[in-house]
Amino acid sequence: MIKIKINGKSIEVEPKTTIIQVADKVGIDIPRFCYHKKLTVAANCRMCLVEVKNFPKPLPACATQVMEGMEISTKSKFTKEAQQSVMEFLLINHPLDCPICDQGGECDLQDTAMAYGASGTRYTEEKRVVFNKNIGPLISTDLTRCIQCTRCVRFLKEVGGVMELGLVGRGEHAEISAYVDKSVESELSGNIIDLCPVGALTSKPFRYSARTWELIRRYTISPHDSLGSNLETHIKNNIVMRVLPKENEKINECWISDRDRYSYEGLNHEDRLTHPMLKKNNKWIKVEWEEAFEFITQKLNKITQSYGADSVAFIMSPQSTLEEGFLFNKLAKSMGSSNIDYRISQKGSELNGSWLGCQVNDIETLDLAVIIGANLRQEQPLLAHRFRKMTSHGGSIVLINGLDDELLMPIKERVICSPTEYSIEILKIIKSIQTHKKIKSIDKSIDSILKKITTDSNSQKISQLILEKNVRVGIFLGQGALDLECANDLYYLSNILSSLVDGICGSLSNYANGVGLDYLGIGAPGINTKNILKKNMAAIITMNIEPDIDITSDTNIQSHLKASKFNIGITPYASKSFDAYDCLLPMSTFTESSGTYINISRQVQSVKAVVSSLAESRPAWKILRVLGNYLGYDDFNYDSTEEIVGEILPSNTLMTYPEINKPEKINTINIRSTTNSLQSYTIVRHEDSDMIVRRARALHARDAKFSDVVNIHPTTLKRLKLTDKNLFEVERNGVKIKLPIHSDLRVALNTVCYHSKYKPSFKLPLIKVADKATL
Amino acid sequence: MITDTAELRINPVIKKEFPLCLRTKFINNPASIETYLSIGGYEQIKRVLKNKITPEALIEEIKISGLRGRGGAGFPTGLKWSFMPRASQGDKYIVCNSDEGEPGTFKDRDIIKYNPHQLIEGMIIAAYIMGAKTGYNYIHGEIWGEYCSFEEAIKEARAAGFLGSNICKSNFNFDLHAVHGYGAYICGEETALIESIEGKKGQPRFKPPFPATFGIYGKPTNVNNTETYATIPWILEYGGQAFSDLGVKNSGGTKIFSVSGHVNKPGNYEIQMGMPFKDLLDLAGGVWNDRKLKAVIPGGPSTALVPAKNILNATMDYEGLTAIGSSLGAGSLIVMDDSTCMVKTLKRLSYFFYEESCGQCTPCREGTGWVYRIIKRIVDGNGKPEDLRLLTDVSKKISGRTICALGDAAAVPVLSFINHFEKEFEYYIRHGRSMIGNTHD
Repeated sequence: MIKIKINGKSIEVEPKTTIIQVADKVGIDIPRFCYHKKLTVAANCRMCLVEVKNFPKPLPACATQVMEGMEISTKSKFTKEAQQSVMEFLLINHPLDCPICDQGGECDLQDTAMAYGASGTRYTEEKRVVFNKNIGPLISTDLTRCIQCTRCVRFLKEVGGVMELGLVGRGEHAEISAYVDKSVESELSGNIIDLCPVGALTSKPFRYSARTWELIRRYTISPHDSLGSNLETHIKNNIVMRVLPKENEKINECWISDRDRYSYEGLNHEDRLTHPMLKKNNKWIKVEWEEAFEFITQKLNKITQSYGADSVAFIMSPQSTLEEGFLFNKLAKSMGSSNIDYRISQKGSELNGSWLGCQVNDIETLDLAVIIGANLRQEQPLLAHRFRKMTSHGGSIVLINGLDDELLMPIKERVICSPTEYSIEILKIIKSIQTHKKIKSIDKSIDSILKKITTDSNSQKISQLILEKNVRVGIFLGQGALDLECANDLYYLSNILSSLVDGICGSLSNYANGVGLDYLGIGAPGINTKNILKKNMAAIITMNIEPDIDITSDTNIQSHLKASKFNIGITPYASKSFDAYDCLLPMSTFTESSGTYINISRQVQSVKAVVSSLAESRPAWKILRVLGNYLGYDDFNYDSTEEIVGEILPSNTLMTYPEINKPEKINTINIRSTTNSLQSYTIVRHEDSDMIVRRARALHARDAKFSDVVNIHPTTLKRLKLTDKNLFEVERNGVKIKLPIHSDLRVALNTVCYHSKYKPSFKLPLIKVADKATL
Repeated sequence: MITDTAELRINPVIKKEFPLCLRTKFINNPASIETYLSIGGYEQIKRVLKNKITPEALIEEIKISGLRGRGGAGFPTGLKWSFMPRASQGDKYIVCNSDEGEPGTFKDRDIIKYNPHQLIEGMIIAAYIMGAKTGYNYIHGEIWGEYCSFEEAIKEARAAGFLGSNICKSNFNFDLHAVHGYGAYICGEETALIESIEGKKGQPRFKPPFPATFGIYGKPTNVNNTETYATIPWILEYGGQAFSDLGVKNSGGTKIFSVSGHVNKPGNYEIQMGMPFKDLLDLAGGVWNDRKLKAVIPGGPSTALVPAKNILNATMDYEGLTAIGSSLGAGSLIVMDDSTCMVKTLKRLSYFFYEESCGQCTPCREGTGWVYRIIKRIVDGNGKPEDLRLLTDVSKKISGRTICALGDAAAVPVLSFINHFEKEFEYYIRHGRSMIGNTHD
């Protein structure tokens, strides 16, 4: 600790901190534009100049480290004069268009000018004009207002991972610009709007729709991924007008992804279901809630009588809150059905693991992360940033994936293989470690398999990285791996691998409340969505799901729905997806409902509704509660989500989570060569991840990647005797569609890569899917 | 003394040029390696490597010579080189700053053009002293011919075994590359130059850290001016004391002055430090057209203007010019005769700084444009009485508030021009035309 004086007050501070950090800590205000605590120091705006004793010039507080005995004056005449002069310079070329500027009222420049600026101007020359750039559908530019602080440039370079914006030109001609004809593509791009201290970068969907002082701020949690980012919604006339991040250092820091920021546009989409609907004589009719409940009660009773209670399926979204999950589960149990699940995308797994294995901010402190089967930037845009941070601290990343997508961070080693080979690759690493450490038996269940495995240079290199001294290792399974048929095995093998080096093993699942629903005990072994649907259910109840897009574990959901006698959809939106349903109940969106989420790092977060429900829609927990009443079940008299949570969560904060299901034996590992087969690698784009996001207009106005195209490696194409002029047949909703082929070097060999909304329709003559080898 | 065998030949007549960095300038085919070898070139690096003279001893010799950085700041070179973490492992770089871009500067161009091998030898010695394996010569964007000829010189030196690996069979490795700039004045600032070499936009870095600890690609880097490096072989040949004796106290050695403006024989004149201004003016053939001297800018536009009455008795060295309120800078002497309109001259100079500001810091980016526009308005005949106070005030607010010295440099001409020729400015504002009569812009 060193002693300094700030404004005459003696304090002790950590060495190597900067003056601005000290001032922020002790609550002394120093004006700034270019400085941001999360970005590198540029020291270019010069607004934070302060007087330091024995220095002839004022020093920038953001870039000057404190030294023993330093005497800083932030209020002296010398400091004031320096700051006022910078303020004057900043304003000479800044347009006086505050009344029509979206930033007005929440503008750093406006506020600072009030505090440090003069009331008039001495500048009578012409002002600079900068032409605006079109940098995409999310961010609107008014570059004449720009004060060249370069926060946006530094954000995209340091947090986004690629320098998509730059300050081009010299001197007064310096202007923020993307590369010629390029827009900003980062999935975290919206944060530059918050960072911009002036109105140069504003939200394109939001602009001109409200003034900041008309907006009410209420907090909520993002359900679009498992991070549980804290959001600040801004509301006018009971409509969410925009969404900003709420700072939470442990979860989202001060950022949110574009998906979290712009999904609000889908909240009041025309697809919103506003009334309960019943299908009578093949025609949808609007009904009152009572009529709908009576109809459902009557129908369900009939079905349980004729087919048994276990013939009713309860499928819910992994975004469902604890309260919704609890009541849905209670409904199933009361009825006598065991067929309840939320793992709508897992193809074969009985896995219930959505737990990261550590805290979100712990990722930064790892030395090595092995990421298996994840398309991080699409699945977990903001979590990807933590890994990026880890690499900038010197950590290394090993990627085992079916697609070598640009993660915008250095990858130390990469194994690009078809998803069915993930297990083999992990086994190779285990084998390398076994050989190196001369371990006789690793684990009874895999010892015999290990004997058949031969290592290669890649696995040896990776095992060396893992075995380096004092290396903290994390093994992470992405959603892509968790969705595979062999996910259980993968999880088991990853656990073995991490336990060999005392590392962390976790999942990068993007199930928003997966951990919470696990906690409730939903997701029992053997009873997953895929298996339930296979059993030809007499009735299917889905909650917050658009079945034929969201349920990717089963390739033929529509035919199951058609075969079932009675389908109920508790859903915020109506679409063609619900054609085979008999009854639709309008549920509120996450903004309209209170509830509790447990995020990927087991943080429990409860929120209240930020707006009231649209039209006749109701929070799902209320719908379930009343349905329970109608069906005549006991203990369905909850009056609030707090009451439900009180029953679920222990009064203290100590919670015990269920063990992750471990497979009894490894049974799906295919060690035969897959060179003659064709495997699929599906992509869920971040702007397609759920019903709300799918309807957010601006998010979809960007250039679609991986959308209506099939990506195949050129070598595989050659083997299949195809070229990128051919079409590739896939299926959607039972309809066969031919998609153009894109020859793509990033895709693993013998793998086809396509959007998850399509199902494979492998009917090309040359393809033979590999036999499953049981070991 | 490491030069006890060397013959000291100091020109006793101080009124003449003393070609030291430009030693080969008056010989046929001056730039070739043969010419340089014929006058004892590359002997110093051979001797250093053969006798394994320690870097410490060499730095000591340079300290004795009193050599100060010739790029303008005048920092003692020996001291600067001792800051380089010589012993530290890993890459280290030395960089030659030939990015002279200020109006009136053209000395580095002549060193590269006439005596490139002395510069190369100086850089090899510097690399040996500082433990660098790689060097760059960053050459100003507007001189393509000299860039090409320097590449030729590097090829010659490499062929002769003075660059590359195992130089003079001593296990010492060093290679030199020429980098062609794109003509931005700011890239003459050492950290902007480093950014530019890294392939980024030339923009000064905030200091500290200084290049000696965090330079090219974050590695220890030493940046010196062309003339500084080119001086080193001579210092080692004749000894530090001999170099120091060439000049005056605190200003040892020789200095190239690039004389331009209203003189009969503009050009580069390498003279001993301490020469009276009058003698230098005589060397350059005196003021042209028999006109009277009005004022000079002694070291380039970033040094203060000096009116004739103050400069006539001054000597051309660091202290001599500081004494009359200016500085030696890079030795770019701009001579102005009595037909010069100071208002229009200042307009041209302030346009230069406005155009060349990198745009990073607010005061410089906004201030240089403001200053230029006010002066332009005055020249256009639309000046206002309060403009002079505004000009002074704005310039003072740019000065000392920016990351690099360009802000300070931009303020210097405005303040010194108005200080010495306020009446001329007031006249122009009042009458909307120049006091001098018909002048060029």
